[in-house]
Amino acid sequence: MHLAAHFPGVNSTTVWADPRSRSQIDFSSFEHLARTAERGRFDFFFLAEGLRLREHNGRIHDLDVVGRPESLTVLNALAAVTDRLGLAATVNATFNEPYELARRLATLDHLSAGRAAWNVVTSSDAFTGENFRRGGYLDRADRYTRAAEFVATARELWDSWTPDGTSRPFTHSGPQFDIAGEFTVPRSPQGHPVVIQAGDSGEGREFAASTADVIFTRHGTLEAGRTFYADVKGRLAKYGRQPEDLKIMPGVTVVLGDTDAEAQHNAAEIRAQQVSPQNAILALEQVWGRDLSAYDPDGPLPDIDPDPASSLVQGRVRVADPLAVAAKWRALSEAKGLSIRRTVIESTARQSFIGSPVTVAAELTRFVADDAADGFILVPHLTPGGLDGFVDRVVPLLQESGAFRSEYTGSTLRSHLGLAEPVWKG
Amino acid sequence: MSATRPLHLAAEIGGPPRYDAGSHVALARLAEQGTLDYVTLDDSFARPGPDALAVLARVAPATTRIGLVPTVTTTHTEPFHVSSAVATLDWVSKGRAGWQADVSATEAEARLFGRRSAAPAAALWREAGEVADVGARLWDSWEDDAEIRDVATGRFVDRDKLHYVDFEGGTFSVRGPAIVPRPPQGHPVTVIDGTSGPAREPAARYADVVHVRATSPEQAESLAGDLRRRAAAHGRDPGTLRVLAALTVDLGDAETAPEPGLGSGPRPAGPGTYFRGGPVDLAEHITRWHRGGAVDGFHLTPIAPERDLERIVNGTVALLQHRSLFRTFYPGGTLREHLGLARPAGRLAAASTSEPQS
Repeated sequence: MHLAAHFPGVNSTTVWADPRSRSQIDFSSFEHLARTAERGRFDFFFLAEGLRLREHNGRIHDLDVVGRPESLTVLNALAAVTDRLGLAATVNATFNEPYELARRLATLDHLSAGRAAWNVVTSSDAFTGENFRRGGYLDRADRYTRAAEFVATARELWDSWTPDGTSRPFTHSGPQFDIAGEFTVPRSPQGHPVVIQAGDSGEGREFAASTADVIFTRHGTLEAGRTFYADVKGRLAKYGRQPEDLKIMPGVTVVLGDTDAEAQHNAAEIRAQQVSPQNAILALEQVWGRDLSAYDPDGPLPDIDPDPASSLVQGRVRVADPLAVAAKWRALSEAKGLSIRRTVIESTARQSFIGSPVTVAAELTRFVADDAADGFILVPHLTPGGLDGFVDRVVPLLQESGAFRSEYTGSTLRSHLGLAEPVWKG
Repeated sequence: MSATRPLHLAAEIGGPPRYDAGSHVALARLAEQGTLDYVTLDDSFARPGPDALAVLARVAPATTRIGLVPTVTTTHTEPFHVSSAVATLDWVSKGRAGWQADVSATEAEARLFGRRSAAPAAALWREAGEVADVGARLWDSWEDDAEIRDVATGRFVDRDKLHYVDFEGGTFSVRGPAIVPRPPQGHPVTVIDGTSGPAREPAARYADVVHVRATSPEQAESLAGDLRRRAAAHGRDPGTLRVLAALTVDLGDAETAPEPGLGSGPRPAGPGTYFRGGPVDLAEHITRWHRGGAVDGFHLTPIAPERDLERIVNGTVALLQHRSLFRTFYPGGTLREHLGLARPAGRLAAASTSEPQS
């Protein structure tokens, strides 16, 4: 089993109103969570990215955590206070250039002695593009075209130094990038930093199958996980890859209690904190695409239909089919007699493992044994202590049963993940 | 300029490319032992070497007081990313970050990106000034107290204290606000080498610290005077500009006398100046220039960092401290405090409130 820690992000999963919640920006928060993850012998620590503050109804969204650091800079600093933990940065392939980003990733791999990873994301978003020279030039359909050539180009740059330390000129001439010269950084300890890809779309799965070392996904039930797992692993052969060459790691939340009943109670409290009355209306507006601020969160759902063409929400991906989602929510609300807030709470829950440490350890183990996942990216709801309980209470059980490592056996992230060093293609 | 102005000292820790963290950490700690204001790490896409900002981020948790100033080029990079990364270096170092803005002038560098051709230095430095300008605006785009965590209304931030910058430059535009909250120093310290003509105007307008390459105290004083006049013309208090003489230092074998014919003074070395002599000679040189009021201090680039920085710290600096010309401890925690520069107030706050800006 592989485990990773996600630093709580800028979304309603993160409960900032809890008295235990600390700064989302002070280095001490990043250090605490990273040290906790390393104490638990996790594979890696994961940072998300957002290149423009989200907007709602034409104004900056103010209900959830806002503001975060630049990922690679924080990870380089974390390399100073950890020894073995992998360090994964989400960096956009649309608003960066291969030469500079390949150099920054190779630098992190050197400075961390082989612990760097890159979560490749893309954007077609003119809204985000307003912060960049590039602007919003990329068609949605071209996102993965650029991302695939971006990763391939980065690998050419990483291979432009021979393993014995000689720099050789490179030339890359493709539809997206036409560049040449000499790379400034020798081949790094991992050869190539680990490549992670997030996204469940067909294009995203294909991109991951052809290119990535890890896929960061979200899936609900064990059955959905098994279906996804079989689909993605089945795509590897046509790229000459083995099933173990791509690790499937869903992002999940965990809620613990001394007993299963207590954990269920804790989970209900957390959900109520995550979906405050204000956040309930906001979640509804994100589906409906309309200003619904006049509605009572404890009252029934609106009887008007969503506006499919709305741009009410900026800076996050909107649900693909708002009419269908609204219909589903309305059906749920009517069947159970739920208010707006209760409907949102029930409809927006992510995959959660809820129970006593024994129950959670058994469930995680079952998901891996039944080919629903190779491991998990844990998304805590508290900064920075959100994984303390998991590491103290669940990890020892996983270690006792042999489901998870008790000690690191190697020093690089590739060795934690059981991934071979990439063959040098000079 | 009064001779009693505090002396500022900084050192470059680059030299031959090294890719491991250990050597950089050791050099930065050595400079910190000498209570230097900051270390710089030069960078360029044109020659081997790691990303300098990344290296100094790696150094940050391994040091406690010394300022960290990587070179960041502005020609082929995204101004928004530059601003975010420098602000983040300030967060991870708890207020010790700066950046030395530079340009990439060659066609070879342009080919690494394939986006634009090489351009004349004047245009590149004009753009570098715009990058420094928008960077500072982005640092100001969050007011210091924007994060409110108001449980009663469910609001994490006060959106009225977050500001769009709507910057339109000659080659780029940025909407804002920053994704990174306002950094600990308000503005991390901006450093520019103002020796070359095209760099002087952006240096006078946007830099907190200017490095100048001069072969005599008179030339240094003349350059500093020019920079301060230009700064004043842009509405700045010229007293807030720190001018450091850039000196390439070869302390060689400390036991031997300076090479015959060179004396112990500087001589032209390419674009800059070169000092060869012993640690005591260097202390004399620094004292003479600083006492005359020509400059606020020195930025020293050791020819061989592992050898020369040790001699600078244990020889030159120790002597300057013994003569009470240089401090023996850090009186503050941030780089701005080392440099005697105030933490700037956010400039965009006035846009949304009726309170006058202090």
